[in-house]
Amino acid sequence: MERALYSIKFFGLLFSLLFTISSVANEVNGNEAQNDERINTEGEIRDYIQHHIKDAHDFHLVSYTNDAGERVHVGFPLPVILVGENGITTFMSSEFHHDTNGEVVVEKNGSRFVNFHGKIYELENGAASMIFDAEHHPTNASRPLDLSITKSVFGILVIGLLMLWWFSSLARQYKNRRIPKGFGRVLEPLVIYVRDEIAKPNIGEKKYRKFTGYLMTVFFFIWILNLLGLTPLGFNVTGQIAVTAALAIFTLIIYTASGNRDYWMHMLWMPGVPILIRPVLAVIELVGAFIIKPFSLLVRLFANISAGHIIVMSLVAIMITLKAEITPVGSTALSFVLALFISVIEILVAFLQAYIFTMLSALFIGMAVAEHDHEHDSDGTPEHTDAEDVRADFI
Amino acid sequence: MEAMVPNLVGAGLIVIGAGIGLGKIGGSAMEAIARQPEATGKIQTAMIIIAALLEGLAFGALFLGK
Repeated sequence: MERALYSIKFFGLLFSLLFTISSVANEVNGNEAQNDERINTEGEIRDYIQHHIKDAHDFHLVSYTNDAGERVHVGFPLPVILVGENGITTFMSSEFHHDTNGEVVVEKNGSRFVNFHGKIYELENGAASMIFDAEHHPTNASRPLDLSITKSVFGILVIGLLMLWWFSSLARQYKNRRIPKGFGRVLEPLVIYVRDEIAKPNIGEKKYRKFTGYLMTVFFFIWILNLLGLTPLGFNVTGQIAVTAALAIFTLIIYTASGNRDYWMHMLWMPGVPILIRPVLAVIELVGAFIIKPFSLLVRLFANISAGHIIVMSLVAIMITLKAEITPVGSTALSFVLALFISVIEILVAFLQAYIFTMLSALFIGMAVAEHDHEHDSDGTPEHTDAEDVRADFI
Repeated sequence: MEAMVPNLVGAGLIVIGAGIGLGKIGGSAMEAIARQPEATGKIQTAMIIIAALLEGLAFGALFLGK
């Protein structure tokens, strides 16, 4: 109970902190004034969704045009860390004043930086602004090594520290109690679920312990970040292809490194099939193990989460786009019902995608460490030609 | 816009194919559960894995065709 209260207090503190910063960071941006021309609603919605799906250097909660015709952005900045030609440079992203068109130039440490479409470029000496060639590639600016704490990095750090705290305190409790107290009681059934329903049946009784730590980390990491993406803070961490690719590469490294003799044998020189087919099968197996398996893992998670975010935001946008056709009240009610419905489904998807990623990782690891209880002859004909035995070999 | 038409038709074909596949998986799983309700857990796990593999393929095709 106490632990749960601490968690609630911590979240309360975090959120109040975020909103205090965000209210301080109200930013008035005069050069985007759009008071005269009619705002292109559809284009703005599309831009907003695109902007949300991508990673960003600051949290952008709301932006609106005030009575004086100025564009007001509400959000809070994050630190920018760059390794450019003049060494490491750090500043807060608020210095760009929410500009993503490469217009505001920040001079720091002898270098000049601009933010163009969410990516930071370093201008060459003497260049006043960015110049583009026919293919919209900048000709007088290069990209420094960007180690900034972006939105996704911030989310990963927060969740990483929270998980470290939750699970280490859960593990400590088992030293002197049989059942955990507080928030650990929420985590314990999930931990046991991952161990008994995912790790054990797919990897096998003997070897599952070694891999359960990784599977559990991946499961909770993906699940919590998926849920974080459903809050209105604008996180889209598991919808970043770089994040999912990193997770898939971890799985690839683990199942490749732990593959036993049988696994490599079955991949490179499949027993029990005619000798001419073996090289063909080896190519197929190699492509499957090193390209298709990790690629399907990373694309599935990325596409599911991104698609979910786009759908939720499009349904919210119905409120604005259908205002003229079915009255403001009607469009708001319609978008509320649809967005609520899809949000509830997204909660399910958040769990399901974490489950599937963990499940398939366990399955791939299980394939790599599976032991076959009979030896193959060197010429490929199995010792026992029992049909059951041959079949068991392929399953 | 016109250059995008083949891509959009391809996306539609992918979704039709994936829909047929998912329908078959779901239908067979339902039948299997109705025949053997005590094996529900195992059938569901297998169903989700196959559905996930199919989904990965469909998303991969959509992703490459984008």
